[in-house]
Amino acid sequence: MNPTLHAILIFLQTWWVELVSGVVIVAVVPLVAGYLVLMERKLMADMQARLGPMRVGPHGLLQPIADAFKLLIKEDIIPADADKLIFWLAPVISMVAALTAMGAIAFGPAFQVARDINVGILFVVGVSSLGFLGIILGGWASNSHYSIIGAIRSTAQLVSYETAGGLAIVSALLLSGTLSIRGIVDAQQKSGAWFIFLAPVAFFTYLVASIAETNRAPFDLPEAESELVAGYMTEYSGFRWALYFLGEYANMIVVGSVATTLFLGGWLRPFPNVHWLNWIEYLPAFFIAIVGVYCIYRAGKQPVAIQVAFMWAVALACFAIAAVLAAPWILHVLHKFGVAAPLNLDFTVPGLNGAFWFLLKVSVYIYVFMWLRFTLPRYRFDQLMHLGWYILIPLAIVNVLAVGVALLLESALGWNRWLAMVVTTIITMAFALFLVHLHDKRTAAASSAAAVTTDSYAG
Amino acid sequence: MLDSILFYFFAGVAVLSAALMVTRRNAIHSAVFLITTLLATAGIFLQLRAEFLFIAQIILYVGGIMVLFIFVMMLVRLDVALHHIRFRLQRFVALIVALTLGGYISVILFWARKLPGQGLFIQGAAPAERLSPNSEQLAKSLFSSYLLPFEIASVLLLVAMVGAVVMAKNKKGANEP
Repeated sequence: MNPTLHAILIFLQTWWVELVSGVVIVAVVPLVAGYLVLMERKLMADMQARLGPMRVGPHGLLQPIADAFKLLIKEDIIPADADKLIFWLAPVISMVAALTAMGAIAFGPAFQVARDINVGILFVVGVSSLGFLGIILGGWASNSHYSIIGAIRSTAQLVSYETAGGLAIVSALLLSGTLSIRGIVDAQQKSGAWFIFLAPVAFFTYLVASIAETNRAPFDLPEAESELVAGYMTEYSGFRWALYFLGEYANMIVVGSVATTLFLGGWLRPFPNVHWLNWIEYLPAFFIAIVGVYCIYRAGKQPVAIQVAFMWAVALACFAIAAVLAAPWILHVLHKFGVAAPLNLDFTVPGLNGAFWFLLKVSVYIYVFMWLRFTLPRYRFDQLMHLGWYILIPLAIVNVLAVGVALLLESALGWNRWLAMVVTTIITMAFALFLVHLHDKRTAAASSAAAVTTDSYAG
Repeated sequence: MLDSILFYFFAGVAVLSAALMVTRRNAIHSAVFLITTLLATAGIFLQLRAEFLFIAQIILYVGGIMVLFIFVMMLVRLDVALHHIRFRLQRFVALIVALTLGGYISVILFWARKLPGQGLFIQGAAPAERLSPNSEQLAKSLFSSYLLPFEIASVLLLVAMVGAVVMAKNKKGANEP
């Protein structure tokens, strides 16, 4: 055989999982981002008692594709006074950073691009924070006041909240004792509990910090439409704007994955160590099959032929996924009745159920993001800074100390891990209450001082 | 094979963008090329299997320091400031510094060539695939052998930070009636 071809084949044989995962990430994330937008619009509609997008496809299911097509064929405007090179580069930085960070995330025990990078979680956090360079440079290159104010706000916000988020990550890393993503998930399996139950304060801090880092409501000041038109994206249109949007939603998936890995047990199912609950592994297949049945039921009621076909396609896809997820069980049953596995194939893909649980947790995390967006009003900028510097950062520092003390109590004094964690968490929460009390006192003093000054203008 | 290709790629990118960084007129363009240089250096670290250095370079230099640089550049209009200041003397000083550094490096390279087998750059290379995880090793040596220097450095940084805050506060107090 040709030696070059042989070398290429060896290379492919060694790295095929990584290559396929990489291609899947680059190809699928834009689609997923589009459907996240649809999910967001549908949720918003639901919470505001509306229907949301309904026209394109059944229940608006084809809306993202229509939107993407519209964005692709729109005119691409570059302002005359813009810095062309950086204006061109900035959205690309934003998106590439988010997609690169996704490369180190383990979406399941079998799906990870960078196989065993020893500093996995740091890589994800560090590289995804590079996306901010795209925002800052884009805001600067647009040469517009709205853009630059949006960019400056986002930088200030990043610097404030990344500290708190980083310290929250440190508390989880103290519990796991490793930086590798696999190691973190294994540590959660070994300790028998997701780290959210051992360090709830750290999870809460990370949740708030990650909302601020992804620039979402109630912290979406960099793109507050009532003040800044669209912030750093004001001058962008068409495909470049779509790249920013893609980067933002990809970043949401990244922070959701980091939170899932660190606090929600990664790809472990609920109660990973309880053996009589093993049947939980087959619940996803069951639910997906039910969705397929529902799609067939609804297919008859669709008015247009193409929508009927679409519903049938979704139903068949659901059945296929359910069959793959339930393959070990189906093969087991077949084996019991004396039927050998068809074609002698081994359908047991070990990571597939794990990937399902992982994606489910990430979806729940993103759902919470959206829920908060439709529930809470936007913060004022000084309130945002106060929350970051006066409450979240001290709380995160104290929480790191508390987790350290708890681990010390466990290892040196032989306390039960749960007891140590509960005691330190209660102390941390008391500290949080104290911080809030201090903040209230400070704002009360400030507003009374402001009242005095405004009084002098009143007469 | 793959290692040397990666090394030459990253080294080329680093040198090229460093040169571009010095020659650009626009400060933000310089910053972007400096970021590229730092990222390429991080790539060299990764190619040497120094994962922790790689990610520390990205998080600290690119994610932290460069973001602050650009932040300041956006607030201060450097192009306006540049028109007012003439850098005659600076050019002279820079020439002297560059010549000194160049001479220093060439002398070192010359001596390294003269001593074959025990030159400066020939260390006993460990097989890269068999290195144990080096972030753990780094942490252990940092917190056991080098604990005192580490703590002194962190206290120094804390002092610098507190000093900056105090100076900023004083200025604000002086402005207010």
